[in-house]
Amino acid sequence: MSDLVDDLRAVLGDRVRTDGAQRALLRRDASVFEGGSAGPICLCDNTAEVQHVVRTAITHGRAVVPRGAGTGLAGGAVPLGEPVVISLARMNKVLEVDVDARIAWVQPGVVNLDLSKHLAPLGFHFAPDPSSQQVCTIGGNVANNSGGPHCLAYGVTNAHILAMEVVLPDGEVTVLGGLDAEPAGYDLRGVFVGGEGMLGIATRVAVRITPNPPAVRTLLLSFETTRQAAATVSSVIAAGIVPAAMEVMDQRIIIAVENYVHAGYPTDAGAVLLAEVDGLEGGAEIDAARIAEIGRAEGATAVHLAEDENQRALLWKGRKTAFGAVAQVTPNYYLHDTVVPRSKLAEVLDRVYEIADRHDLLVMNVFHAGDGNLHPLLLFDAREPGVYERVHAAGAEIVEASLAAGGVLSGEHGVGIEKQPYMSMLFSDDDLDHQERLRRAFDPACRSNPGKVIPEGHSCADIQHLRTVPEGVWG
Amino acid sequence: MSLDAFVDEIGDTGPVSVAGARTRWDLGGTLDPSARIVTAPTGVVEYLPDEMTVTVLAGTPVHELSQVLAERGQRCALPDRGGTVGGAIAVGENHLEVLGRGTLRASVLQVRYVSAEGRLVKGGGPTVKNVSGFDIPRLMTGAIGTLGMIGEVILRTNPIPATSIWVESSDADPFTVADVVLRPGVILSNSATTRVLVEGHAPDVASAMEALRKLGTWNECDGPFDCPPHRWSLEPADLRSLEGVHVASIGVGTAWREVEQPRRNLPGPVVEISRRLKSNFDPTGRLNPGRSVI
Ligand SMILES: Cc1cc2nc3c(=O)[nH]c(=O)nc-3n(C[C@H](O)[C@H](O)[C@H](O)COP(=O)(O)OP(=O)(O)OC[C@H]3O[C@@H](n4cnc5c(N)ncnc54)[C@H](O)[C@@H]3O)c2cc1C
Repeated sequence: MSDLVDDLRAVLGDRVRTDGAQRALLRRDASVFEGGSAGPICLCDNTAEVQHVVRTAITHGRAVVPRGAGTGLAGGAVPLGEPVVISLARMNKVLEVDVDARIAWVQPGVVNLDLSKHLAPLGFHFAPDPSSQQVCTIGGNVANNSGGPHCLAYGVTNAHILAMEVVLPDGEVTVLGGLDAEPAGYDLRGVFVGGEGMLGIATRVAVRITPNPPAVRTLLLSFETTRQAAATVSSVIAAGIVPAAMEVMDQRIIIAVENYVHAGYPTDAGAVLLAEVDGLEGGAEIDAARIAEIGRAEGATAVHLAEDENQRALLWKGRKTAFGAVAQVTPNYYLHDTVVPRSKLAEVLDRVYEIADRHDLLVMNVFHAGDGNLHPLLLFDAREPGVYERVHAAGAEIVEASLAAGGVLSGEHGVGIEKQPYMSMLFSDDDLDHQERLRRAFDPACRSNPGKVIPEGHSCADIQHLRTVPEGVWG
Repeated sequence: MSLDAFVDEIGDTGPVSVAGARTRWDLGGTLDPSARIVTAPTGVVEYLPDEMTVTVLAGTPVHELSQVLAERGQRCALPDRGGTVGGAIAVGENHLEVLGRGTLRASVLQVRYVSAEGRLVKGGGPTVKNVSGFDIPRLMTGAIGTLGMIGEVILRTNPIPATSIWVESSDADPFTVADVVLRPGVILSNSATTRVLVEGHAPDVASAMEALRKLGTWNECDGPFDCPPHRWSLEPADLRSLEGVHVASIGVGTAWREVEQPRRNLPGPVVEISRRLKSNFDPTGRLNPGRSVI
């Protein structure tokens, strides 16, 4: 490793880390995957340094893996085969905000919530709001095309990115997309978003900023069953309302959240629907009243309207700390992510409970119901022998049930390592072959984050030796 | 014609092109005369208003699709200029009312297309949210049929707002309209007059009108301006300095002018990736020969 490290240090100095502790830390992300193994870790400060690292890695025949905050849940940032890890976390500046054009240029390491906080005094925010927004980075959001509760009406990350400066896998630096209305050429910007770090490394991002709506109504509807909550979601959309957010939580997660943050959720409810509408006063009022009415018709036992900003913030705190709350229940969890047609939500949820039961696992559900985006949380204690096999098997069955209902593999976490084995369930050989052709147009030598997304047999032959790694990384 | 028949017609050899309604036929260059011309199948395959999705074959005229959606109080992001669904997606231009309808690219959830090898290939998926694999729909949208021939798509639909009116003013500054109307459908200016599509719930439209009246005098009008023929893609800020006859979409950056926009040069590495895309997807160059987006 030493020649490689010397060459990296020639530019980055002591910001190249090779110590065991650091490398062990970066072996994994926030997923259940035990991890691969990291080569040297480069804490880059600017585009030129990223370029230097990519070029040096090429010279030494090493792959690279970009990394933001490491909150990914599909193993996207897990280093396979001792690649050079490029951390973008120090590149965390908001470079420029143009309120007139509604654009901000940011570095990729800017934390999602920090950007919205930065924009707040100007009356704007960055619309995608993953539950991990206190820590995850814009670069990670771009790479995973991340979503969040408010993406129902506003759209996921791809709808909020205008242009990016990227270091391509061959070390060239370029800009994809543009600030003009309809940039020329193929939509390489649109393709790069969601590229999971395999199409290059974003080093500067032009994001669209969204004006804060003057009126917001947040409703908490209680139901006896998750089925009723899910039915309400379908009926709201059927009524022609697209709320800013519609989130469902089942009783188990409500109880966990209440014990954790005391957000005022009804612990005796079988499920709650957290619905939010925004815009101008008049319309928000109309939509909120309509949602309450639909909820009651579907059997809501209580409809609570947040009276002020404090109550609203508290309700959202409950939703957004759900995963923290779970950590109080068991030491480990596997947060799943599939999408089904909204009309199939209730049916697939029933299947999820049944699958978890059969594998003797506790499951909790808190999810972006408006988009049909399920997030079953399988809780377990990793010290229990054989538990990973059960978690893995239950996860696979949840994927099967979602696909059988006409759904897809992932709504926001991406494919990474986690969903790679299932890609052939959704896509034919030809489909996968075309995804690989796309990837090879950006990265003919397969140097950027190899071993992810595209399943074995469809991806670059020269990294086939990595293919055995995902097998063993469970647990 | 069925999708399967379309696959057979495209086949796996010889130069080939797909004709929609030929409304933007020469975009990207003149088609090589050797190309066989095929048309795409038509029809709405499945419309699920409660899912806000519609599956439609590429040869379907956009106005036919729009009618089907309107019957259930919905609309889509495809521009209706007399063309077909597949043509609109292959061209990739947004609807004039892009602020209200969203961008075309964000609305294409799934594509099924015929590859250069004559295979039916799928990208994306049927749900409104999806990050399963690389974003093939984004790649095919705006590729003017140089990477694959679109046969069928699944589009996201959206509810038609409860109320919508077009208003115009000759004394309001178009650039301040966006500051006072939260979610306009579109703001157009021909430098003498500003036209705005105001839409939403009736009380919201009323309060938007109240805000607009503080900027000038407004009267109802029939709809957008007749736009000059050439579409320009500019940065929104560039619209302030536009001269000559034009219609500009404020806050968006699209402008319609009497002259053609000069060729926009792409950065070298982007050209290189684009060439590799073309050769990876169409190694023999049989799809739409003579046309290029590069
Ligand atoms: C508790 C919890 C809740 C979550 N909730 C949500 C949610 O609501 N919605 C959602 O979408 N996700 C959610 N996630 C998943 C995760 O937070 C998102 O995917 C996030 O965008 C990842 O950002 P990151 O900075 O942590 O990226 P990392 O995990 O560091 O990396 C993720 C991927 O991005 C690549 N990457 C990182 N930076 C760059 C760059 N600059 N250029 C190119 N590639 C790059 C990496 O190689 C990797 O493939 C959640 C995660 C947790 C732990």
